[in-house]
Amino acid sequence: MSEQAVPAPLSQPAPRAARVSEVPHSSWAKARERLAWTLVAPSVLIVSIVALYPLSQSIRLSFTNGRLASSRAVDYIGFTNYEYLFGNDQFVTSIWNTIRFTVSSVAIETVLGMVVALIINSQFQGRGVVRAAILIPWAIPTVVSSRLWSYMFNDTYGVINDLLVNRLPQLVDWIPLIGGTLAGVFPEQKIAFLARPELQMPTAIAVDVWKTTPFMALLLLAGLQIIPGDIYEASTVDGASKWQQFWQMTLPMLRPALLVALIFRTLDAFRVFDVIYVMFGGATRTMTMAIFAQQTLVDGDRLGRASAASVIIFLCIAVLVFIYTRLVSVEDN
Amino acid sequence: MATVAAAPPRPTGTLITRRRFSLGRAINRGLFWLLVIFILVYTIFPFFWALMAAIKPTGDISATPTRYLPSEVFWGNLRYVFENGDFLRALRNSFIASFGTVAVALVLGSFAAYAMGRMRFRGKTIILYLILSMTMFPPIAILGSLFQMIRAANLYNTIPALIFTYMTFTLPFTVWVLANFFKAMPGELEESALVDGSTPFQAFYKILLPLAMPGLVTTGLLAFIAAWNEFLFALTFTNTYAARTVQPAIASFSGRTQFDEPWGAVMAASVVVTVPLVLLVLIFQRKILAGLTAGAVKG
Repeated sequence: MSEQAVPAPLSQPAPRAARVSEVPHSSWAKARERLAWTLVAPSVLIVSIVALYPLSQSIRLSFTNGRLASSRAVDYIGFTNYEYLFGNDQFVTSIWNTIRFTVSSVAIETVLGMVVALIINSQFQGRGVVRAAILIPWAIPTVVSSRLWSYMFNDTYGVINDLLVNRLPQLVDWIPLIGGTLAGVFPEQKIAFLARPELQMPTAIAVDVWKTTPFMALLLLAGLQIIPGDIYEASTVDGASKWQQFWQMTLPMLRPALLVALIFRTLDAFRVFDVIYVMFGGATRTMTMAIFAQQTLVDGDRLGRASAASVIIFLCIAVLVFIYTRLVSVEDN
Repeated sequence: MATVAAAPPRPTGTLITRRRFSLGRAINRGLFWLLVIFILVYTIFPFFWALMAAIKPTGDISATPTRYLPSEVFWGNLRYVFENGDFLRALRNSFIASFGTVAVALVLGSFAAYAMGRMRFRGKTIILYLILSMTMFPPIAILGSLFQMIRAANLYNTIPALIFTYMTFTLPFTVWVLANFFKAMPGELEESALVDGSTPFQAFYKILLPLAMPGLVTTGLLAFIAAWNEFLFALTFTNTYAARTVQPAIASFSGRTQFDEPWGAVMAASVVVTVPLVLLVLIFQRKILAGLTAGAVKG
């Protein structure tokens, strides 16, 4: 969900709104408080049933040998599931894969998102078109984009290979002086992106970057748009180059927006499931922690063990959220 | 450019400086537009490619060298998709699950948001933090226990199970964004309604709710897209087309071997589930942008 939107910090209600209810001890104020609770109750109840209770259950189940299919009595087995997981090569591989995926995809999309945001933020005809265009990858379901890119990355008739091997070398060959050298950069043979072990994860990262860079760009764009333009004018007069302006002015002022965007993307990338599952299924080589947990639950029927894996993911994300809130409060001071 | 500008002002120098300057500017403009074109191609081309694959004859799809435009428009793939009972059922399921999610999230969410945005009551701060932490909640953390609960409630492989579990990621967000909306409204409107003798609830649905329409549209759209695109829960909590939605359906569309993928049909199905979404997003562009970035900037 976090890819969908970032919640705004909601401060205390505005004084004006509070005035209505601030008549102390009146029966009217009491009635209003009762109404407030009546209105909030259904949402709180649903969130409790659908998230808080299951979370406590996940923690409890992670200490058991529970199964889904069998009705045999469940035993508490202490930390056995956790010991098993950290001794299990597949799970340890999935941790590394998750970290690799998260760090690479977030790093690449931050740089790309920054470029896109800076482009859209500069005044030129047609910026509305670019801004609309980048919403397209965002709107396309991850399942669809994974299948689409699998088709495009195909090793015999995929369009990426056709571009790399046939079209682009021809295109750059037209460029005077350096064209020949540039054309030599492209591969001569088509590349099996989806089959070569060392290329599978990078390919999945490329698909994720395509899908999520727009979100990053839009968040950074929102941050760019509140930077006042006159500070640039002043520094241009002082003789600062665009490059210096970016590092010394834009980036520091963009820090809060960048931080929020980074953390939300990191949290989202850390629980990655769809893109890799659709492209490579449950293969160990590309397995992430979320895929491990889902497979252990559904195919392995190991409710206890899957819950332990889920709790580990939850703890990792909780740590990331903690760091995030600390960083943001440091920013506030 | 800075060094050029700092050159000693000689009578002949100005002309050279200006020419160099404009040449640099031209190169800059050129690179800028190259980058713009690259971004447009990068974002739009894959979608264009899916559209092409959906209307290409089967021979074109796996042709080498790659065929960029179809040799003729072929409706077979789209016809296959629309005559496929399983896919139509998945489409229906996705519609019911997504609209159901939006309806429940908006009704319950706007109630809670009204209280959170406009009222003071004990326990509000706790609920505030609860909802905020929920927006960062990883669904995978509760997959197993939700599965168990759904089985126990006899809801496995039903659409209500999906609507119910989709609340984990739609409801907290809806409450959050709408609460900000209600909070920003002028207090006089509500007060005058209360003075005129309306109950607070009447003031809510007769005065504030219509005013909150832009917020409702934005959060409704985002909730719809989130539910429509959801994969993990749909894959795990359904196993037949009685409740299976389009995302797992498209993921499992396959041929006999991995070398025999029915790309035409897969892409036709993908286009069918994506085009309405892309149109919706382009039409409601501004609302979506506002909803997406609500709060990325403090304001």
